[in-house]
Amino acid sequence: MNASILRTLAVSAALVSSGVAFAQDVTGAGATFPAPIYAKWADAYNKSTGVRINYQSVGSGAGIKQIKSKTVDFGASDMPLTDEDLAKDGLVQFPTVIGGVVPVVNIQGISPGQIKITGEVLGDIYLGKITKWNDAALTALNPGVPLPDAAIAVVRRADGSGTSFIFTNYLSKVNPEWKSKVGEGTAVNWPTGAGGKGNEGVSAFVQRLPNSIGYVEYAYAKQNKMSYLQLRNKDGSFVKPDDDAFKAAAAGADWNKSFYQILTDQPGKGSWPITGATYILMYKTQDKPASGANTLKFFDWAYLSGDKMADELDYVPLPDSVKNLVRKQWADNLKDSAGKAIASK
Amino acid sequence: MAATLPASPLDQKRALQRTLPKGAPPERRRVAPWADPLFSVLVHGAAWLTLGLLVAIIVSLIIGAAPAIEKFGLAFLWSTEWDPVQEKFGGLVMIYGTLMTSFIALLIAVPVSFGIALFLTEMSPGWLKRPLGVAIELLAAVPSIVYGMWGLLVFGPVLATYVQAPLQALFGNTPYLGALVSGPPVGIGILSAGIILAIMVIPFIAAVMRDVFEVTPALLKESAYGLGATTWEVVFKVVLPYTKTGVIGGIMLGLGRALGETMAVTFVIGNFNQLDSLSLFQAANSITSALANEFAEAGEGLHQASLIYLGLVLFFITFVVLALSKLLLSQLKKGEGTRT
Repeated sequence: MNASILRTLAVSAALVSSGVAFAQDVTGAGATFPAPIYAKWADAYNKSTGVRINYQSVGSGAGIKQIKSKTVDFGASDMPLTDEDLAKDGLVQFPTVIGGVVPVVNIQGISPGQIKITGEVLGDIYLGKITKWNDAALTALNPGVPLPDAAIAVVRRADGSGTSFIFTNYLSKVNPEWKSKVGEGTAVNWPTGAGGKGNEGVSAFVQRLPNSIGYVEYAYAKQNKMSYLQLRNKDGSFVKPDDDAFKAAAAGADWNKSFYQILTDQPGKGSWPITGATYILMYKTQDKPASGANTLKFFDWAYLSGDKMADELDYVPLPDSVKNLVRKQWADNLKDSAGKAIASK
Repeated sequence: MAATLPASPLDQKRALQRTLPKGAPPERRRVAPWADPLFSVLVHGAAWLTLGLLVAIIVSLIIGAAPAIEKFGLAFLWSTEWDPVQEKFGGLVMIYGTLMTSFIALLIAVPVSFGIALFLTEMSPGWLKRPLGVAIELLAAVPSIVYGMWGLLVFGPVLATYVQAPLQALFGNTPYLGALVSGPPVGIGILSAGIILAIMVIPFIAAVMRDVFEVTPALLKESAYGLGATTWEVVFKVVLPYTKTGVIGGIMLGLGRALGETMAVTFVIGNFNQLDSLSLFQAANSITSALANEFAEAGEGLHQASLIYLGLVLFFITFVVLALSKLLLSQLKKGEGTRT
């Protein structure tokens, strides 16, 4: 059903756009997490070049569907596709910005960063094995912190989302029982907890429920001034979530081999363990080389002059080394049907 | 009377005069010979289009759900596992949530709406009727997401503090009642969703009930009053039997809305896909809420097919509800026939 509707939409969209849109316009669809920064970039880019970038934030899953059915020039996903999947569909992917997922709590008298936690304990809370804030596992990590004798109200995402993917991927890496019982994915079979819709739903739940714990994108935690937790990273040090900690996690990854990098539980003394990049998907062989080239121009511009805007919205720009790798991939892999590279030098 | 039974010869003459044609009849010309057939086609088309749309929706739901129907069959209806990672899907949690929240909603909304309609038609002073009636109709115009946010931020905490906590303290250790009120005291779950739904459907049911109560002929009611019946007896023995079709129609309208409501439910039901307790305060899920939350990110394949399967089940539930209400009405009519 869905496919046929998409096809109809695609046909009508093609009919409409061929009539009115300018040849330079670029359309993309996908993840909701980077939508604010893409919108801001698109606006600034439009002002400086006159080219319009239409980005529909419909969710990563829908973004992947749309690029596969070629209704958009680029798709966007919070969950990278594996290299095999990319090769199968003739797609390439590259990261744009980095974001972190932050566990947040709402406990009377607890200030941000006061509680320290390990990934394993966090997993046990989300498995429903640790149900009280004064559980021995928590008090052992937090000597001297007044943890209440109260039930933990677990909050998580109800909708499928890239945020949940990064979070469950991390829990699978650090908590063996989580890996065997629940696993990782944009939507999983949550053993416990109430589900909020979107980051705003989860932060609303956490702010409203006393003694609750949830996980949200860093930007939401920061803007709503929520009490985040300190997490122990792979190197054994407790870190606070901030731009430097996310950058450190990104620096630890080996981007040379593949852009399929899930930045959770990365080595590095200062690296935040629940970090992830968000991705753009494009076809290797561009049917419409002009739109493909325009898409690349836009992201090239965003890499060059979009970092400050990303900072303002609490996203973390990619390290320059990664940006250069992406540009190299554009030149090497994105071709028109004649095999000529479409990226302008 | 005089015209049909002419009594006097004078009347007869007048009647004759009246029937005499005065000049030629006005000439009626057809504007276009194709107008009538065209109109007929249009009217037929409108009727068949609705039917065709219905069939098309069912067919596309079945096609979309086919992979899930093949894989899980009817066991989908009583399996509680919903695991997108392992690709194992069963819809009982959502089906139970949908039915239970709608049931609670009707349990609350029907008596309250009946009271509202009764008060407005029989007992309210004249000056209060209009403002009250308008206020109830305005409730129906509030967008459902507003109910959802109000339910989450205002009503949920009140329910948790003033209803759930005392109930748990009271029944916490009683065998069956204790299980019914257990759960984390957060004010999110089946009961909250049911109550929010009740508030949402009350205006619909009350408005329909009031309208049909008002059309009961005053003659009937006053005859009953004249025989010494009390207000309650008049309403129960005269007004309700006279209006039962409308009343049941109103309740079904409310039930249909409760079954299909999405936004308000998703805010307060907790979106929890496990069925490990029958507590009224346990977070749960409903069919519409699961669809709204998961459809956008569901990858092609079993997850999406299972969601469409759920949609098909909801379609079937509403169909059964409609059919049952028609059956109920025809049974009631039969009863009438034997009694009189």
